[in-house]
Amino acid sequence: MTETSLTDRERLEVYTWMRLTRAFDERMVALWKQGRGVGGTFSQRGHEAISVGAGWALAPDDVVAPMHRDLGTFLVRGITPLRAFASLMGRATGVTGGRDINFHGMGDLSLGIIGFISHLPHSVPVALGAAMSFRYRGEKRAVLSFTGDGASGSGLFHETLNMAALWDAPYVLLVENNQYAYSTPVHEHTKVTDLARRADGYGIPGVSVDGNDVEAVHAAVKMALDRAREGGGPTLIEARTMRMMGHAIHDGAEYVPPAQLAEWAARDPLQLFEERLVATGVSRDDLEGIGRRCEAEVEEAVVWAEGSPWPDPATVTDGVYAP
Amino acid sequence: MAGHAETFGFSGGPEGDGSRVMTYVAAISEALREEMRRDPSVLVMGEDIGNDFGGAFKVTKGFAAEFGPLRVLNTPLAELGFTGVASGMALMGLRPVVEMQFADFISSAFDSIVQYAATTHYRWGAAVPMVIRAPSDGGLRSGPFHSQNPEAWFVHTPGLKVVAPATPADAKGLLTAAIRDDNPVIYFESKPLYRNLKGYVPEGEHVVPIGKAHLARSGKNLSIVTYGAELHQALAAAERLADEGIECDVLDLRSLKPLDEEAVLATARKTGKVLVVHAANRLAGVGAEVAAMIADRAFEWLDAPVRRLGGLDTPVPFSPPLEDAYRPDAAKIAAMARELARY
Repeated sequence: MTETSLTDRERLEVYTWMRLTRAFDERMVALWKQGRGVGGTFSQRGHEAISVGAGWALAPDDVVAPMHRDLGTFLVRGITPLRAFASLMGRATGVTGGRDINFHGMGDLSLGIIGFISHLPHSVPVALGAAMSFRYRGEKRAVLSFTGDGASGSGLFHETLNMAALWDAPYVLLVENNQYAYSTPVHEHTKVTDLARRADGYGIPGVSVDGNDVEAVHAAVKMALDRAREGGGPTLIEARTMRMMGHAIHDGAEYVPPAQLAEWAARDPLQLFEERLVATGVSRDDLEGIGRRCEAEVEEAVVWAEGSPWPDPATVTDGVYAP
Repeated sequence: MAGHAETFGFSGGPEGDGSRVMTYVAAISEALREEMRRDPSVLVMGEDIGNDFGGAFKVTKGFAAEFGPLRVLNTPLAELGFTGVASGMALMGLRPVVEMQFADFISSAFDSIVQYAATTHYRWGAAVPMVIRAPSDGGLRSGPFHSQNPEAWFVHTPGLKVVAPATPADAKGLLTAAIRDDNPVIYFESKPLYRNLKGYVPEGEHVVPIGKAHLARSGKNLSIVTYGAELHQALAAAERLADEGIECDVLDLRSLKPLDEEAVLATARKTGKVLVVHAANRLAGVGAEVAAMIADRAFEWLDAPVRRLGGLDTPVPFSPPLEDAYRPDAAKIAAMARELARY
């Protein structure tokens, strides 16, 4: 068991966000398989401990740049399931008003969220820019930037960590190593699969953490953010998990060996946390009650999103430029 | 020189005792310095701009001492990364001015500009107020990678604004406008004008609105539409043509995106004959859009086809005879204009 800085009450809140993320994901996948979705989308299954644990570690004034497997972070930060489902459905009430697809572009600076683009490495320097704005103004705030094992092969990964280290930026880069970049396993796109080791090349701390253990993720990210806010510079965190479904909704992921999936399924992040909570005295009935409330909240969001208006085609050219 | 103020894109102000006559590059420095003094959210970043070096062209010489290392942020050789960093700063309300060491290197930052910065406001409503200064253009025997004019890539990208000043006054006024704009603006400054062109520059606040062309010379027989260093070649050509009885309108676009459609159509309708000139290679260049705009909206006024003169569709060659063959100049402009006048 991991040392945790969470109180019992906080642990139940964290569990609730994870359940909400899972309930959202299961409903989303079902809807898309029924053909009720718009465009493509990305399952979150297996990533809940990372997205919720890391999101929960943020201070209110911090800024985060999540990616397409970080629904938990979006939710924890204040994007409601209503707005998120409306975004997925391309509705006017979604975060981007139908301009960007699924979780892409779900930025909201009032919530401290920077939206991402499909070129996943690109959030990495943008998030560093936000961190540098805090240094510039002498504010004790930090930025958490997410990327994946695939994007860690890009030049931007190197360029950004080099600059972040050079400038002692209040910046934490979390690499979600979910074993696959679309169809390519980690060992087929890098020689050094221990991604945290790359930190050595920049003279910053590198931490590898069990990405299915929400408390471990929370503790590692919180420590790094606290350090960053106090002027201690950036940290690279690798959170190891498994992408439990295909790259996107259309992808059957036949290239993933069943034994690998089974091994990780036995370490499902929700189950792991449930066992721990039960072992410390939380009743399974209470956990199931939380689950039912999350499912009801998700259902309400789906109904609201499907009933939301489509964007008006007359507005298609609005907003290309800031006024 | 009687036409000085008009020729150099500034009219209506006194030239005084000449103390406000400065080089094009000094006008860029002045705009940057004044905006940084006025607004603490403005910063400059780029390669070799730190310490006392001041960048490859010394535009920021003395800035580090005045503004400190966080506002004069020296960067590694990482155009893609540091341009992304600028986007993040801009999202948080700073106004970074990124110096590309040469416009030729802007392709290394392409994704950060066209994918991230340009799309953000449309996608989720967050403004990205940043400027990218791109020292562009050739004629300086600098070879394929220090001579380019890559403006068309950015003109084609929704969400960006693109400007290309041709005079010291406009260099100051457009940079000031770009810094104050809430959108990403690519500012193509012309290396051949840096120290070869001097002109009157207004003291203090001077803003040239983005999207407004300037009629640099007035004539009734034909129009030359151009921008950047080619403005001065066009004006020289117009001078020669005037001796031959051909009077030219010379329109300096100044902003390439948005284009000043009204000014382009006005000159086309006035003379009925238009020659578009730019140093960038011709195919799918800005001139193609100008010509299409005229064909579309001023066709009935035309007395001749719209002609385009651009760089050749080759990489920019190094050796003087080759670069001279590549590049439009006053003689080539005059020759094509004569042909057009006779049409």
